[in-house]
Amino acid sequence: MAVLESKVPSGPLADKWTKHKNEIDLVNPANKRNIDIIVVGTGLAGGSAAATLAELGYNVKTFCYQDSPRRAHSIAAQGGVNAAKNYQGDGDSVYRLFYDTVKGGDYRSREANVYRLAEVSTNIIDQCVAQGVPFAREYGGLLDNRSFGGVLVSRTFYAKGQTGQQLLLGAYAAMNRQIHRGKIKSYTRHEMLDVVLVDGKARGIIARNLVTGEIERHAGHAVVLATGGYGNLFFLSTYAMGANVMAAWKAHKKGAHFANPCFTQIHPTCIPVSGDHQSKLTLMSESLRNDGRIWVPAKKEDAEAIRAGQLKPTEIKEEDRDYYLERRYPAFGNLVPRDVASRAAKERCDAGYGVNKTGEAVYLDFDAAIMRYGREKALTSGMKNPDDATVRKLGEEVVEAKYGNLFQMYEKIVDQNPYKTPMMIYPAVHYTMGGLWVDYNLMTTIPGCYAAGEANFSDHGANRLGASALMQGLADGYFVLPYTIGDYLSDDIRTGPISPDSPEFDEAEQNVRDRIHKLMSANGIHSVDYYHKKLGKIMWNKCGMARNAKDLKEAIKEISELRKDFWENVKVTGKAEAKNQELEKAGRVADFLELGELFAMDALHRNESCGGHFREEYQTPEGEALRDDKNFKYVASWEYKGDPSKSELHKEDLVYENIEVKTRSYK
Amino acid sequence: MKIYLKIWRQKDANSKGGMVDYTMDGVESDMSFLEMLDVLNEELVAKGEEPVEFDHDCREGICGTCSLMINGRPHGPDSRITVCQLHMRSFNDGDTIVIEPWRAKAFPVIKDLIVDRTAFDRIQQAGGYISVNTSGLPVDANAIPIEKDAADASFNAATCIGCGACVAACKNASAMLFTSAKVSQFALLPQGQVEAADRVMNMVRQMDLEGFGNCTNTGACEVECPKGISLENIARMNREYLSATIKG
Ligand SMILES: Cc1cc2nc3c(=O)[nH]c(=O)nc-3n(C[C@H](O)[C@H](O)[C@H](O)COP(=O)(O)OP(=O)(O)OC[C@H]3O[C@@H](n4cnc5c(N)ncnc54)[C@H](O)[C@@H]3O)c2cc1C
Ligand code: SF4
Ligand code: FES
Repeated sequence: MAVLESKVPSGPLADKWTKHKNEIDLVNPANKRNIDIIVVGTGLAGGSAAATLAELGYNVKTFCYQDSPRRAHSIAAQGGVNAAKNYQGDGDSVYRLFYDTVKGGDYRSREANVYRLAEVSTNIIDQCVAQGVPFAREYGGLLDNRSFGGVLVSRTFYAKGQTGQQLLLGAYAAMNRQIHRGKIKSYTRHEMLDVVLVDGKARGIIARNLVTGEIERHAGHAVVLATGGYGNLFFLSTYAMGANVMAAWKAHKKGAHFANPCFTQIHPTCIPVSGDHQSKLTLMSESLRNDGRIWVPAKKEDAEAIRAGQLKPTEIKEEDRDYYLERRYPAFGNLVPRDVASRAAKERCDAGYGVNKTGEAVYLDFDAAIMRYGREKALTSGMKNPDDATVRKLGEEVVEAKYGNLFQMYEKIVDQNPYKTPMMIYPAVHYTMGGLWVDYNLMTTIPGCYAAGEANFSDHGANRLGASALMQGLADGYFVLPYTIGDYLSDDIRTGPISPDSPEFDEAEQNVRDRIHKLMSANGIHSVDYYHKKLGKIMWNKCGMARNAKDLKEAIKEISELRKDFWENVKVTGKAEAKNQELEKAGRVADFLELGELFAMDALHRNESCGGHFREEYQTPEGEALRDDKNFKYVASWEYKGDPSKSELHKEDLVYENIEVKTRSYK
Repeated sequence: MKIYLKIWRQKDANSKGGMVDYTMDGVESDMSFLEMLDVLNEELVAKGEEPVEFDHDCREGICGTCSLMINGRPHGPDSRITVCQLHMRSFNDGDTIVIEPWRAKAFPVIKDLIVDRTAFDRIQQAGGYISVNTSGLPVDANAIPIEKDAADASFNAATCIGCGACVAACKNASAMLFTSAKVSQFALLPQGQVEAADRVMNMVRQMDLEGFGNCTNTGACEVECPKGISLENIARMNREYLSATIKG
């Protein structure tokens, strides 16, 4: 099928990227000045792409819905960024990072893309350090590392629990330098509402100025979508409140395939849901699993007593605790990949061992780590026979230095001191592996429309390993897209400026206006949040951590009915020609109501369990995911046909030439 | 809990604003402050009234978007947190809570509680970066060891979230704490030395151009900063500025 040409270069895996860079067409510096690129999104992917494209000489326009590029959701990433530097000398290599990522993704990602990612990962760290990103260092002055789930080496670079913030501020600074030089024009508080195609090529966007409500046209030679993931489909998630699928979905409706929509990551360590008014869930970084031990009571009576408030976790004796990850997966223990850890928590809670009021929480306990670090510290400070209280105090200081901000965040939300009593955690929606289908050059099935970062589907297969999203966003933006886009743009050096005054722009703008009008003039019975919460419930209950055919079929029906109801009865207050947060939310929820249906269809068609996609019908006797490589070793790439229910499935077969496809085991 | 709210409502930048009273019943102490406002807004929408607009995004204290003046204090009564991290357990049944936007000439109101903070971006654009291109960097990240204390101090300065509480807290609406945090981050790193003089001159110039006030060392900014950005940064920036002017 011609549309799904992955364009993976020929030759040995390790040479593909270098060879490709040598062979693709380039645009000479003088001509770059005549080319305009639109970058939607200023997170790690968009910010780094925009800065690099501008450095290379292109004219760049950036868009974000926040009031500053620095506030993109990447800012919230906590734990770290991977790179195959092997600074720890623990046997890491480009191949190992590649291998871990493909295995972690349960053999559902494209080999050549992942290898390239591992290859450029080392450049990311060099680049960021040169930009002044203050990574954590050891006493000797060299960069420090920690480990994340699903791997046996320490390759994660970090800046306390604020790695995303520091990396994003690096990309933002690089953008600022180009804004100052006039090479980037930054449009903040702007939302892209549609992509405009001229002669089948992406040539611009329609955006709404969120302050004035004005509808604007922006034209360019290429459009890059770096608009993040779509996890807010579930209403409750660890995403920022404004995160949405609008840009990707609008591109999808104009011809860009949407790949593997059902591959969603449910992160094991989040603060549990507390009440009905909750608006979002908070992640407790995976880095905590380096030192925290996860457990539930081994006896059901104890769990019941805890739920009833009659027993405290600290009162449960060691032998009455079930460290279920250490028990089930001795090799990786608490550091199994996220999908495995999440399902294991659900399994224990469903079996009646959950530890908070709702029965949906497990413990993450730092007591052992505090005492271990305390003893180490006492020893290195030359203390002889320190008492337990001293050891504990020293240990708490070490833990605070490592995770202080996370512990503070926890205490503020839950009102309990995690140094004294174990944290309570439960899985929550956190990341979407699915996204716009892209080829090796990161181009979608719309010529000239690119997707980078979490918005594309490419590197993480059915499950993403920790600290790999930041790596991918920066790899795409700093090191991949700025080169591959030249191959396409080399045909455009004589095109001249793209005019926004064309029938295609007229039509796209009219469609956008009509849609806004429709939203503003529905019957006005229920609020936007009412629909969003309802959708979230369907998604979580029927398309969440465990799925089955019956539930998924119901979900498809319920979502399509909810969507109909929404368009008839939603109530959007205020005016379209002014700042209007209700209207902003309405537009986003309208898209989620379409994506949700495709999501469920994708999950229903994939009759296997792999990574974050767990179908109850397909599991081993021990309850592990049962993959079906014979029938499902492909990317499910969906083409829009006028309505989500009519979407057409295309398959990109996944070929593994450099890695043996095995059953994933972390035992 | 029953809570009485007095909230600043303003249609747009050009309209005159004023305080409006709302009463909320059944507020739970586990709710976050912004969730309490969500509930208020749901009630307003149900009545067909326009909800109160306020800025927020991550709701976990890191993006710097949320920005409310609560009973005269930026980010509310608790220290070292942003308003999105504030919970209703910090209030009592029957309390009256006054909610206003940041007030500063350089931060004009856009609508209700939302202000325009793009002046902060322009200060950063004036010099808040190290001029290195992405392409083909030869230097390995570990080639220049950096003393842990310097790296940690640089990190601490870099944790500023750009929220603007320091400006809102200051009687002069000065942006010194914000600007000095960025200047310090780079001043503490070897990579930042080359452009140090230009950086501080350009950023300070832009800060003045934007209409932020002068610093009179009252220290209110440090007290209200949710990230604990220290006044030492202002002292460091003053030193950097002085040495840059001498070098001239
Ligand atoms: C709490 C949390 C912690 C995490 N921790 C880690 C970690 O430790 N390590 C790791 O590797 N990954 C982590 N991740 C994942 C990682 O942060 C994200 O996958 C990654 O940052 C996404 O970057 P991005 O550039 O693709 O998109 P984002 O940073 O989400 O940026 C999206 C951009 O698109 C813009 N945008 C969206 N829609 C529109 C529109 N319609 N019009 C205009 N602009 C639009 C937004 O304004 C924003 O600028 C974490 C995620 C979360 C939620
Ligand atoms: S210095 Fe503190 S108060 Fe000022 S913008 Fe930065 S984080 Fe906010
Ligand atoms: S909403 Fe992000 S810091 Fe408050």
